[in-house]
Amino acid sequence: MELWKRFKDPALAQKLLQELKGLCQGSSQRPTLMEVCGTHTVALSRTGLREVLSPYLDLRSGPGCPVCVTDDSDIDLMAEVARQPGVIVATYGDMLRVPGSYGTLLDLKAAGARVQLVYSALDALELARENPRDTVVMLGVGFETTAPVAALAVQRAASEGISNFLMLSLHKTIPNALRALLAENSRIDGLILPGHVSAIIGEEPYRFIAEESGVPAVITGFEAVDMLLGIVELVRLIVAGRPEVLNAYRRVVSPDGNPRARALLEEAFRPVAARWRGLGSIPDSGLALAEPFAAYDALQALGLRRPEARPPRRGCRCGEVLRGLIEPAECGLFAKACTPHSPVGPCMVSSEGACAAHYTYGRNG
Amino acid sequence: MFMCLGVPARIEELEGDRATVSLEGTRRRVSVALTPDVKVGDYVLVHAGYAVAVVDEESARETIRLIEEAYGTLEEV
Ligand code: SF4
Repeated sequence: MELWKRFKDPALAQKLLQELKGLCQGSSQRPTLMEVCGTHTVALSRTGLREVLSPYLDLRSGPGCPVCVTDDSDIDLMAEVARQPGVIVATYGDMLRVPGSYGTLLDLKAAGARVQLVYSALDALELARENPRDTVVMLGVGFETTAPVAALAVQRAASEGISNFLMLSLHKTIPNALRALLAENSRIDGLILPGHVSAIIGEEPYRFIAEESGVPAVITGFEAVDMLLGIVELVRLIVAGRPEVLNAYRRVVSPDGNPRARALLEEAFRPVAARWRGLGSIPDSGLALAEPFAAYDALQALGLRRPEARPPRRGCRCGEVLRGLIEPAECGLFAKACTPHSPVGPCMVSSEGACAAHYTYGRNG
Repeated sequence: MFMCLGVPARIEELEGDRATVSLEGTRRRVSVALTPDVKVGDYVLVHAGYAVAVVDEESARETIRLIEEAYGTLEEV
């Protein structure tokens, strides 16, 4: 069997499952594990592992879906940007359908705002080049995996003198969000850390998690064998009472991450407090443009103010889902008023959202 | 769109910071601006059009070996 296919190999998965069953025998309570990353949320559901593992583990989704954790006030800010004259808003697809207090970006587009779908921040830079008379504002959403390309776009804009390109940087960084989360949800016994964020930042930024909170964590990938291996290692640490950070995704994640991407982040951004849905404002968990690139900061250039934080939408419990406090089905609107076709909250809009994943692949759908 | 595939893509051709990769039988263009040391024949992990990491084959083999040797005492199914 080809090397990469082995990570889907049912025989290996079965071995790991046996191991896990053995480890869980004798423990009176199912350990609660949180998968931090939205891609894991989807992968666990799609592979059926979420269901297979449920007798042994309480698996909770976390704050690792970029669209889901975007605060309502930031969604309103995006709408504000879209209503500026002479502005073309460039956005990733998932953001289009997230309802803010003025409707969605798609609604604004239907009403005449210029909203353009892009696949990366560099596409937005291209858009700026093609439309020299307009100002293109990239809605910068995402974590450490997405932010390096945004950094690249801003650097290129600066070096090529493209002055009609702006970035609304709402990028977020994972480590301090985990710190805030663990301070709030004491039921979590172990963390499944995001594979691709870790490919960028490496192992080091997570060390404090284990040290401070006493909660072990494991970095792992997205194939069934990867996820099972990560979970087995994590449960071992839990059983042994060893709060450590393990890397079970060594073929992709090197201890110091991706140095080129990390350098880009450091050059183009500076850490700031960011607002997270459900978690509130967390110090040093967001990325604003660094001083040399201040001219590309959409907030400053357009003279916009960040709106006040807003109370959550009526009935939507996405903020609790993102903290692992409830399962999507515990929300009264789940699969009733709220479905992927008419989502009430962002956890149902984004394909990586826990509500959408549970709806699409779960028994509750 | 944020979804990142866990499947490695093989670098077939390199041209500056652009590369042609093959991924599950299809060819596509990606940027290797974040992995500047990549070579033809390397495997990379692609996230939203960008290679974010070079995948290490030796580590992959080691992981598989570990699972085969250390885990699961019961018969395979
Ligand atoms: S099911 Fe819908 S309304 Fe309920 S928490 Fe999820 S996104 Fe919000």
